[in-house]
Amino acid sequence: MNETELIRTLASIILQAAPLMIAVCGETITERVGVVNLSLDGTMLMSAMTGFVVGLKTDNVWLGFLAGAAIGALFALIVAFGSIRLRQSQVAVGFVLTLLGDDLSAFLGQNYTRIPGPVVKFMPIPILKDIPILGPLFFDHDIVVYFAFALVGLTWWWLFRTQPGLHLRGAGERPEAAFARGVNVNLVRYLYTMVGGALVGIAGAAYSLDVKIGWAEGHTRGLGWIALAIVIFGGWSPIRGAFGALLFGATKALATILQRTFPEVSVVAFNSIPWILMILVLLVVGSESTERVIAVMPRPLQRPLRRLLRVAPPMALGTTFGE
Amino acid sequence: MRIRSWGERIWPIVPVLAALLFTAGLLVVFGANPIEAFQAMWQGAFGTQDNTLGVIAFSIPLLLSSLGLLITFTAGLWNIGIEGQIVIGAVAASWVALFMDASSPVMIAVEIILAMLAGALWAGIVGILKTRGGVHEIFGGLALNNLAIIFTNYLISGPWQPPEGGSLHGTVPFREIAQLPRFAESRFAPLSLLFALVALAVVFVALRGTTWGLRLKALGKNPRSAFLLGVSSEREAILALMFCGAMAGLAGAVRVLSWYDNLKQNISGGVGYLALLVVMLAAYRTLWVPFIAFFFSMVLNGSITLQLRTQLHSSLGGILTGVLVLFVLLFGSGKVLGIGKPPDKQFLEPETGESEA
Repeated sequence: MNETELIRTLASIILQAAPLMIAVCGETITERVGVVNLSLDGTMLMSAMTGFVVGLKTDNVWLGFLAGAAIGALFALIVAFGSIRLRQSQVAVGFVLTLLGDDLSAFLGQNYTRIPGPVVKFMPIPILKDIPILGPLFFDHDIVVYFAFALVGLTWWWLFRTQPGLHLRGAGERPEAAFARGVNVNLVRYLYTMVGGALVGIAGAAYSLDVKIGWAEGHTRGLGWIALAIVIFGGWSPIRGAFGALLFGATKALATILQRTFPEVSVVAFNSIPWILMILVLLVVGSESTERVIAVMPRPLQRPLRRLLRVAPPMALGTTFGE
Repeated sequence: MRIRSWGERIWPIVPVLAALLFTAGLLVVFGANPIEAFQAMWQGAFGTQDNTLGVIAFSIPLLLSSLGLLITFTAGLWNIGIEGQIVIGAVAASWVALFMDASSPVMIAVEIILAMLAGALWAGIVGILKTRGGVHEIFGGLALNNLAIIFTNYLISGPWQPPEGGSLHGTVPFREIAQLPRFAESRFAPLSLLFALVALAVVFVALRGTTWGLRLKALGKNPRSAFLLGVSSEREAILALMFCGAMAGLAGAVRVLSWYDNLKQNISGGVGYLALLVVMLAAYRTLWVPFIAFFFSMVLNGSITLQLRTQLHSSLGGILTGVLVLFVLLFGSGKVLGIGKPPDKQFLEPETGESEA
């Protein structure tokens, strides 16, 4: 592999990872405020289908993204309403929505499968794209990729550097304390669950309009679950989550390279890589053994390793709050 | 007995009607007459003796899986991995059916036992990942579902592909002696009904009258105090998952040995995910499970006929059941439908404290 090929591979990893980064940011926001939106896989299928169909009918990709965002926010609203108002299990409602989104997208999109549709325009950034290495990697893409990176930064800044972000995290960590400080916990939860859902919807539309163009039944199946796992692996931080998304984006490139290197191995076998990776990364951040391994490391390494490998969910994640 | 008000009596039908209305709306949007469509679905389910037997045959693996899930839900576990456990059970049964030479009863016995073992072991991995690895059973199970499906695709496109080659159509049909004997040329194997009835009795008794059932309930309600009372949560969780896996493996064997006659792609047909819906709707009530499984089977088989007649995608059946469960989850009054809330307070971290103010 020469340098041009390497850069092309890395750039394709970044493109593959972009929608995942958007979805991970969305779900990170949702879970940081204390709500688990487990419906991601169904939400992304529905928004991928809706985004494609609306984009096709209106011949306008932006309306496609808008429709995807609206679907995402709607699914999130159902989860939030079921949990906050009706006190039902978030996991149960989210899981039913996952299945429903899969079936609904198959039914509603049945007349739009495997047909050409609108595509997000390629948009290299002048001057920046000519920087050696960095230019082709980061600035020779379309707006979805730029949006994904900007969103990661913006989400981090909002969560950890602003007053509303503090309230958001407060609602997810110690809702009583946040409430005592005057935060309307349930309103904040509604708001950010829907914001997070809208971002997941944009991610779904980003597949059908950009990264995996078109629509077919089960078009993005599995990717929602991978995004959910990355949120955990990312320790509920958008920046770590973005690295997780890049890691998963890399598996696709890796599979292609391995396939070329070992043509005798069945193509099917390479499909298993993301799922094995999913178990492995969750084991690393979840297992007690990791802690034991860290404990025998040299002292100066322990703190950074712990920061890197250990994660803790928002304390009030998945619980309801009554005022 | 408490006298129930008229409203309480009528309430359980409301989600059913709402789900029917929602589906009817979809049909109208797609230019189909809902009345005719529902008639087609009804005929698809019960139009001929063959259809009716098909509904029964489809409902049996669904019932077996749901019974297994009753055990894991009682222990507070979300065994989404059941789909993969069905697939692995089907693979194990197929392995015996393809390569073993013995008399029919021996083969069937070995197929069933191996399928149950394989399902239990596959579920055991989920359990170990959860208790020892800190991987939530939803994610461990989901990854293992996909791995089981990929493994099946590998087998039928590689080592187990028929001699004429081919893509992903499945293995050669099993020999007659390797299959479960069917009733009157249908897909219904009376033996599988017997398995389901035995499983129903076992689960019913286990949950009602045994200390095992009591320990599972303790674990599901409050894992920490169960631990203080001497219930080993790790052991109970793994055992509950393995029991469910065995039921799922058996379901997989029934799918591959009587619903089909070879191993093919998508062998479980979503039965595992559907079973999760069945149990949510039954809300821990064992005796409701067979009826709900039968109803779901009717809707899904009917929607296949609907697709044949109207060219409308058969996912309509899945939509109807999904919307029904969603409405019941959201609006079914806990008192009337007894919709339990499978405990998700411990989602991701058992130590999470109650934040109820």
